[in-house]
Amino acid sequence: MAHTIHVDIVSPEGQLFSGEASMVFVPAREGELGIAPRHAPLLTTLKAGEVRVQSGGEEHDFFVGGGTIEIQPYAVTVLADTAVRAHDLDEAAAIEAKKRAEDAIRERTDKLELAEAQSELVRAAAQLRAIERLRKKR
Amino acid sequence: MAGAKEIRGKISSIKNTQKITKAMEMVAASKMRRAQDRMRAARPYTQKIRQVMSHLRIANPEYKHPFLIERPARAIGVILIGTDRGLCGSLNINLFKAALALVKDAQAKGQTVKFCPIGTKAVQFFRRLSGIELVATASHLGDRPRTADLIGPVKVMLDAYREGKIDRLVLLHNVFVNTMSQKSTLSQLLPVEAAPDPQLQKHWDFIYEPNPAELLDGILMRYVESQVYQGAVENVACEMAARMVAMKSASDNAGKLIGDLQLIYNKARQAAITKELSEIVGGAAAV
Repeated sequence: MAHTIHVDIVSPEGQLFSGEASMVFVPAREGELGIAPRHAPLLTTLKAGEVRVQSGGEEHDFFVGGGTIEIQPYAVTVLADTAVRAHDLDEAAAIEAKKRAEDAIRERTDKLELAEAQSELVRAAAQLRAIERLRKKR
Repeated sequence: MAGAKEIRGKISSIKNTQKITKAMEMVAASKMRRAQDRMRAARPYTQKIRQVMSHLRIANPEYKHPFLIERPARAIGVILIGTDRGLCGSLNINLFKAALALVKDAQAKGQTVKFCPIGTKAVQFFRRLSGIELVATASHLGDRPRTADLIGPVKVMLDAYREGKIDRLVLLHNVFVNTMSQKSTLSQLLPVEAAPDPQLQKHWDFIYEPNPAELLDGILMRYVESQVYQGAVENVACEMAARMVAMKSASDNAGKLIGDLQLIYNKARQAAITKELSEIVGGAAAV
């Protein structure tokens, strides 16, 4: 019986992680999802948030800005729209982005821009939450 | 010294050409490196999404998305990715040859072909041909193609597929093998091709969250876009590599030509000097 599951995290900018894990946590559309080896096949979308990969006592943190996930009993594939290692997150940039998005929503120009600003706001807020959590852990 | 002056003029004009081809070669070399990095970075995502889609095709869902169902092919849609600029060897020509072979093959089977050329050179080529329907075009993607520029033509093709105007969607593009060789490659986008995977169980299906219709629509769209994007990025790397090689051989040829002309020039000059000398000697002897 397999005790690990193969995890691949890719985004259009490149591959971030490829390796075995004992447990993976992802921000699925319907809520946080914990994936252990031999999980049932599942296909769903991801919200902006943290992907945590536990392998061999280590924990790798990533931040994804939405995407798709495929789960097979032996493998997890995260197809992120954008992704960075959580350590590389830039707090100042996230705060700046959040402020910019809030300004855009206040001015409320047209519908398309509003939708863009709202999704930007969600992403920035999720990034800040991830940074906060990471800081507590240290 | 009749011919010497003209030969000198020729040499200097070839030298100027050589300067240009050398500069183009160096520009292409540096752009190629960046294009290659981009291409390599995008590859894992493209391959993974393709793999996930092929799993989808093998799954046994209750809901069948039109993009996953095989239909008898009466009309084929082709997205062809060429370059915007010329002077890149036989890169475009080989691609167009492959396209024409595909058209001939399809017409023999009684299928119609609809094209969506991307890149100025490809658009120009297919405009001139008669009997080929162009559904959409895109050009001026630049050295750094963006997904946003490709969404338009891709959407046209997807809509055509949904409405049954085309029953198959293929991508014809150049694959970067190495600097010296680029291969024109045909890959099927829709319906999604199944790739058997021994690790998968026999009879299974995904759990879809939320409902399959909405989820699959988004993912399949993203899948086609990512494949076309990869094709475009790869094409830039191919273009730069092909241009670099073409310009290198042009510079080399110019060098050879200059060498030959220099020889002829030297001979002509020497002949003139010898003639003058013998005239002087002849004149002195007469006195």
